Amino acid sequence: MTTSTTTSHGYRELDRLLSLMTGDEKHGSAATSTLDAIWVLYDRVLNVSPATADDPARDRFLLSKGHGPMAYYAVLAAKGFFPESLLPGFGSYDSPLGHHPDRLLVPGAEIGSGSLGHGLPLAVGSALGLRAQGRTGSDVWVLIGDGELDEGSNHEAIAYAGPAGLEQLHTLVIDNSSAAHGWPGGIESRFTAAGWSAVTVDGRDHEALYEAFTAPHPGRARAVVARVEARS
Amino acid sequence: MDTMRERFASTASRLLDEDPRLAVVLAVIGHDGFQEAERRHPHRVIDVGIREQLLVGAGGGIALTGMRPIVHTFASFLVERPFEQVKLDFGHQGVGGVLVSAGGSYDWPAGGFTHMSPGDVALLDTLDGWTVHAPGHPDEAEALLRLAAKGDDRVYVRLSAQTNARALPVTGAGFLTVREGNHGAVVAVGPMLDNVLAATEGLDTTVLYAPTVRPFDGAALRRAVGDTGAAEAVIVEPYLAGTSTAAADEALADVPHRVLGLGVGRRELRKYGEMDEHLTAHGLDVRSLRARVAGFLTGVA
Repeated sequence: MTTSTTTSHGYRELDRLLSLMTGDEKHGSAATSTLDAIWVLYDRVLNVSPATADDPARDRFLLSKGHGPMAYYAVLAAKGFFPESLLPGFGSYDSPLGHHPDRLLVPGAEIGSGSLGHGLPLAVGSALGLRAQGRTGSDVWVLIGDGELDEGSNHEAIAYAGPAGLEQLHTLVIDNSSAAHGWPGGIESRFTAAGWSAVTVDGRDHEALYEAFTAPHPGRARAVVARVEARS
Repeated sequence: MDTMRERFASTASRLLDEDPRLAVVLAVIGHDGFQEAERRHPHRVIDVGIREQLLVGAGGGIALTGMRPIVHTFASFLVERPFEQVKLDFGHQGVGGVLVSAGGSYDWPAGGFTHMSPGDVALLDTLDGWTVHAPGHPDEAEALLRLAAKGDDRVYVRLSAQTNARALPVTGAGFLTVREGNHGAVVAVGPMLDNVLAATEGLDTTVLYAPTVRPFDGAALRRAVGDTGAAEAVIVEPYLAGTSTAAADEALADVPHRVLGLGVGRRELRKYGEMDEHLTAHGLDVRSLRARVAGFLTGVA
């Protein structure tokens, strides 16, 4: 256990932090589809903290699916990237916390997102940039939704990153069955066909997520498809 | 003399040797010129395949890691096709980079409208913070590329097959006075200079040269039109006619003024052929330019 001056909350605090933004005590699956996966990443996987948020050698997490960012904000607040006192202002004029995140406003946010299909190409570029600088110890993670996967820009990135062997690149797909036409053959197959290492897990099972996030994938980009309840 | 595209490849290759912060990002087009550089810098010459959304998005991602991407393809596939990537993956992310286009508005007339991008500069005008260079000579292109590589800002370098006979000294900002006269001013953007100089030969007007068109050097235009007589200006651009008219209007807002914007027409020609034929069709040949400039500026002839 390290000592730190920043406040760090546990998983059980996240519901309370979400309530500060939503005003509700109970949260539907739409608000929390990404919650468990983001939590496990920040709690156990990513080498980044408020103290290293600007360290060139940090791991990067890019939230591409920028709508419904409450879970992301709750985790960043829980991990001390910004005080929880910012949460009640969610979406107000002077708040740094918009309904889509802006990296110039949100401490700890690696990209501004909202328009779908931008995060994965940005993550490809980040992995390329880190590799070109010899920073092969830094990982890049990008979270997209299964609906967002409809955007063609993702498929440009998937088709390139596989053959390029971008081992530092990791795509987390939150699958709540919201793609308009589904993904016949499965989402995972889109990645494996392009040469990625890929696995599908229960997006609510923290141990399964952790195992999927940390499994070795030498020489290959990695995709983790996390299945959660269908969007209601 | 090499072409601007050839000069881009040789200059950017040398810049890769000099500055480890730089990376060249390609989508197949232009790759041949970087074969040698790719051998020396395998991780800093990146070809993503024929994928222009990824081209620009990856450029933005590279910039997010602190490097400076030099992103290159034809203008139509660099600015028009992935325009939202230009808007969001550079501007909205608050990062910089150098976009270098080839093809311009009419560099490959036989290729038809799919390979013409007369609207690129007008599109960039909807965004904040882009410097736009339109060099008129390979030597100017090299100087402007070197300046662009040094910065942290967002820069668009518009290479063209059309060139002027001689290079002028370029500084990366502002307009240059190449001829002084007493009645209004004609601004020649980049490769339009030779035609403008020939067209205004013997006319009593000032000619300004704009190898860098954004920011628009409004102060230079304001000085050139003078304080006596009518404030009249003609802007001659190698892309969509009228692209800089609003900037000129703003520069002359404190005086009654008239501005004529000449350039590429909006209507599709649906013609192939040679560049000269397209220049004539758009009224940008010497004879048409002379008639239009002399007909607009008061008292020049």
